[in-house]
Amino acid sequence: MTAGTVRTPRAAAPAGRGGFLAVVRAEWTKFRTVRGWVVGMVVAGLLVVGVGLLGHSECGGQAGPNAPVVTGGPSCTSPLGPGGEAVTDDYYLVHQPLGTDGSITVRVTSMTGSRLQPWSKAGIIVTASTAPGSAYAAMMVTAGHGVRMQWDYTQDTPGLAGAVGPASPRWLRLIRAGDTITGYDSADGTRWDRVGSATLAGLPSVAQAGLFAASPDYSNVTSQSIGGGSGSGGSTQATAAFDHVMAEGGPAGGRWAGTAVGGTGGTGGTGGGGPGAPSPDGYRRSGGGYSVTGSGDIAPVTPQGAGSVAQPVIGTFAGLIAVIVVAAMFITAEYRRGLIRVTLAASPRRGRVLAAKALVLGTITFVVGLPAAWAAQLIGEPMERSRGIFIDPVSAPTELRILAGTAALLAVAAVLAVAVGALLRRGAAAVTAVIVVIVLPYFFAGPLAVLPPGAADWLLRVTPAAAFAIQQPYPAYPQVTSQYTPENGYYPLAPWAGLAVLCGWTALVLGLAAYRLRRRDA
Amino acid sequence: MSDFRTVLALRAEWTKARTVASTGWVVLAAVGVTVGVSAGVAAAVRCPSGGCAEDPARISLTGIYLGQAVIAVLAVQAVGGEYGTGMIRVTLAAMPRRTAVLAAKAAVVSVIAVAAGTVAVLASLLAGRLILPGNGIGPAHGYPAVSLGDGPVLRAAAGSVLYLALIGLLSLGVATAVRDSAAAIGIVLGLLYLFPIVGAAVGNAQLDRHIQQIGPMTAGLAVQATTGLDRLPIGPWAGLGVLAAWAAAAMLAGGLLLSRRDA
Repeated sequence: MTAGTVRTPRAAAPAGRGGFLAVVRAEWTKFRTVRGWVVGMVVAGLLVVGVGLLGHSECGGQAGPNAPVVTGGPSCTSPLGPGGEAVTDDYYLVHQPLGTDGSITVRVTSMTGSRLQPWSKAGIIVTASTAPGSAYAAMMVTAGHGVRMQWDYTQDTPGLAGAVGPASPRWLRLIRAGDTITGYDSADGTRWDRVGSATLAGLPSVAQAGLFAASPDYSNVTSQSIGGGSGSGGSTQATAAFDHVMAEGGPAGGRWAGTAVGGTGGTGGTGGGGPGAPSPDGYRRSGGGYSVTGSGDIAPVTPQGAGSVAQPVIGTFAGLIAVIVVAAMFITAEYRRGLIRVTLAASPRRGRVLAAKALVLGTITFVVGLPAAWAAQLIGEPMERSRGIFIDPVSAPTELRILAGTAALLAVAAVLAVAVGALLRRGAAAVTAVIVVIVLPYFFAGPLAVLPPGAADWLLRVTPAAAFAIQQPYPAYPQVTSQYTPENGYYPLAPWAGLAVLCGWTALVLGLAAYRLRRRDA
Repeated sequence: MSDFRTVLALRAEWTKARTVASTGWVVLAAVGVTVGVSAGVAAAVRCPSGGCAEDPARISLTGIYLGQAVIAVLAVQAVGGEYGTGMIRVTLAAMPRRTAVLAAKAAVVSVIAVAAGTVAVLASLLAGRLILPGNGIGPAHGYPAVSLGDGPVLRAAAGSVLYLALIGLLSLGVATAVRDSAAAIGIVLGLLYLFPIVGAAVGNAQLDRHIQQIGPMTAGLAVQATTGLDRLPIGPWAGLGVLAAWAAAAMLAGGLLLSRRDA
């Protein structure tokens, strides 16, 4: 007699929720009474915690002022911006006080420098103070992205396009009205366009307004292989020429003063100009105008690896493999032992059996994964800090999203493994298939570093590996050039969208498995 | 006499491998995914302006990263499948010298891995040779054409085939030790893929290098490099030696447990 004849009409099956709960209880009993599976889950939790403790980076270990940026270590300290995020705030400022109502207007005629970067910037700024991390709003010309208005480190709005030059000067204006700063730009000084408006909470009644210049560090990746790349990098410098400088709203007889904001802090920023710089940062009066030279950046820090709050949960990969093994065995062992025929005889509604298995294992994995991720963070962060590493803070919801998301990622992957196991009925094949679709795309897009960025991004959009985006702690800022790679914790999809891709695949395979389970003899 | 029994064991294992339908499919899959991924990566790589430090042979052989998983499944199934069905007890009753059984399985797995590997590697190199020049990585841009007449390329090709055979032995040893296909493949793939991921995450160049030197995949696939040998964490043949040590340790553990334990 084959098992197929065991199928009974639906009407004869136990009805109501009691039926499903009984199946769930049966599956839970199966799980907790197989020692290997329980041990496997505990191992998964320990791997999530343990691998994260292998981190050995030290702050500033490789990142001197002019050390290669690509292999640069995490920073030892960093100022915090008004939003609570770590920021780079190194630039040269020529400033004078500004009252609650006033404005500053300039014409920028050129921007030159050594190794100008696309986001090298110069222009006018209204800042709460010259202390790093102060609230600010600025209108600027950039080397490669036209006129921009930026404020409070993370905000960026485009203005006039095109590069600045003697033939195409750019007029910039900031108007302060209380806490609100509005930026305008113009190509001729007569027709002005409003670019954006920023409200800087708590801007003091006497702020600083002035001319600034900054140029971020450059990095050239010359080769990449498994586990990283090598490259060269260092500080750069931008010099901008200003004229038609008009500042209104300051105390009478306000005098311009030069300040190297940030000075020595930040990630490799060199307020005083690197040894390779042709001249130190500073400003000169020339004719009726000014020329300001500066290096560094006014931007959010984009943490990479250590220094990221997601670093302690790097063990997710190791835990994931253990979870996948247990989850696949949870169903394939039934086929191997023939137990599946007993299971289906006891509970003829096969879809329910699969649903119960998925529910039980997903729940168990989540319940193991959440404390594991939490423990990894509780142990890992103090360890990082004890090595002097500055960890860029994130908001509590983000922290919660990373921890709960890690547990959810493990749980959904477990359900996917159950579904693939039901479909393939073979433990080795199911485990391999799931590892290949979740871990391998990450490996190809990240550490292997052979695919061009475009192809790597697609791999992390369409495969279940997209789910690792749930662990991305910091946004990738278009206005900051950085190594936005998966191994640094940056993914092409938004966090929940990434997890949704894994959920979509899981739902698809689960549906397919349920269909096949019903149509095929066990 | 013992020679005769060894031959018998070999014949028995070969017959098993030959008559299981899945063997053919797995070999086909190993070749298919290796060539497919190699060709896909070769088609995706771009170096329009020249001057990127790409390694044509290594790119052409990228598919091994996936193909090895299929070879591992094959090897794991060779022994895990017997434990799953209880066949192992018949096998050991018929051939009480358990190490001979394991040795015969090792020989069969190696032969299949080498055969599948040779086809996969040659096809992958051919695909790379045809595709890469169109993406700016060819003789026109100062890169050598992918050719087996080139010493390092020949070493990369032969090394990749040997690599697959060693992965087979590593998987066989692990599967014999843990006696369960799913757990064994999880351990093997964890050993292979986790080292580079963890290495990239430790955030310390020195430690990362050491992790790559001891990882079975990161060390073993150093044999594929044909350019920039001085930047490798470990030399090509030394790297393959590291993998051989892993495989030997796994086989030793599997062999000891097999002969000491009830089946």
